[in-house]
Amino acid sequence: MNKVISKEAALDKIKDGQTLMIGGFAAVGTPASIIAGIVERKIGNLTIIANDTGFPDKGIGLLVVAKLVKKMHCSHIGTNPETIRQFNAGELEIEFNPQGTLAERMRAGGAGIAGFYTPTGVGTVIADGKETKDFNGKTYLLETALHAEVSIVKAHKADKFGNLVFRRTAKNFNPLIATAGDIVIAEVEEIVEIGDIDPDEVMLPGIYVDYIVKA
Amino acid sequence: MANSRDIIAKNIALMLKDGDLVNLGIGIPTLVSNFLPEGVHVTLHGENGCTGLGPAPKPEDADPDLCNAGGAPAALIPGGACFDSAWSFAIIRGGHLDATVLGGMEVDGKGNLANWMVPGKLVAGMGGAMDLVAGAKKVIVAMEHASKNGAPKILNKCSLPLTGVGVVTTIVTEMCVIDVSKDGLVLKAIAPGLTVEDVQSKTEPKLIVPAKVATMAE
Repeated sequence: MNKVISKEAALDKIKDGQTLMIGGFAAVGTPASIIAGIVERKIGNLTIIANDTGFPDKGIGLLVVAKLVKKMHCSHIGTNPETIRQFNAGELEIEFNPQGTLAERMRAGGAGIAGFYTPTGVGTVIADGKETKDFNGKTYLLETALHAEVSIVKAHKADKFGNLVFRRTAKNFNPLIATAGDIVIAEVEEIVEIGDIDPDEVMLPGIYVDYIVKA
Repeated sequence: MANSRDIIAKNIALMLKDGDLVNLGIGIPTLVSNFLPEGVHVTLHGENGCTGLGPAPKPEDADPDLCNAGGAPAALIPGGACFDSAWSFAIIRGGHLDATVLGGMEVDGKGNLANWMVPGKLVAGMGGAMDLVAGAKKVIVAMEHASKNGAPKILNKCSLPLTGVGVVTTIVTEMCVIDVSKDGLVLKAIAPGLTVEDVQSKTEPKLIVPAKVATMAE
């Protein structure tokens, strides 16, 4: 079993029209090499599940600027004027999720949890059409799990089994999306031998990772 | 005399207690950490996945793997910790955050807050704001008292899409400090040189005025 593949081989796994989860927060912890590859190959009509759309020249924003995104599930687009423009012009569909709800929907997707009740968004437009339920006198909102066909993770370091180490706030959504994709590709700064990462230092077990690409 | 943003930040800083875990939003809330009194150490939470945020780094010291919740380069103090986004929001929703300080477009007499969207104009997304107001023990809104054209921002009923229902604990403006109670808005403090009438004239709901109203710190 060799999980380490070329960027080109990784890009072959990503197809037009797929639903992708992509890690990152304001382009920190975003898999830049694979995003550049998607832009180069013009893999389009994508549904992207990610916190935000980065900036026009950085992160997931590059996919938006290249008009490869059909729909976004995200919490924030304020750092990317092109996303706002496409949304206002009706060119891009956006489902806004409170950031914690988005994270938990990803976690649920990878953890076999169909849905969960959260206090976030009760009484706001986010609650429209959603079931609510009271627990101990407080109202909660039912939110459901999210899945992706391909999850593209950015990590600092991987061993060849796919055990991952993240750095600082580049961790963000990455470990979560790694659990909720049918295919999981990890773009990493450094690839080390199996055994070089102490089991106690592993932040995401390698069992989740299908392919490893050097950034 | 300090500008209104600093006055708001300073008066919020005085509400925080030593040992508090606090999330500061973008804009005026970020300034709060500049005004913490001697001996009051709070731990700052970044919803993108860290505790122990410190002063912003010099550009040459910026770490590409570390940003604050506004996406700007950040630094952690010794004792800082990093974690994933589900954990970060479990801290928030789980009742572990003592206070969240965030900006407001409108607040109303029932403690409803609108600060994420102006339909047809500003559509940025709520980011972590809805989770923060739903989960923090104290929700402190830091904002200028009235809009640029002088219209009240503290209203009988918010007109913009809400961020949270009945969530606001305290409103701090350059004119006053208001606590939200089940009976309505209670005027706790007013800026030096202002009268209750000055504040009321720029506030839509009728304020509850206790026998003693404090003076805000300058």
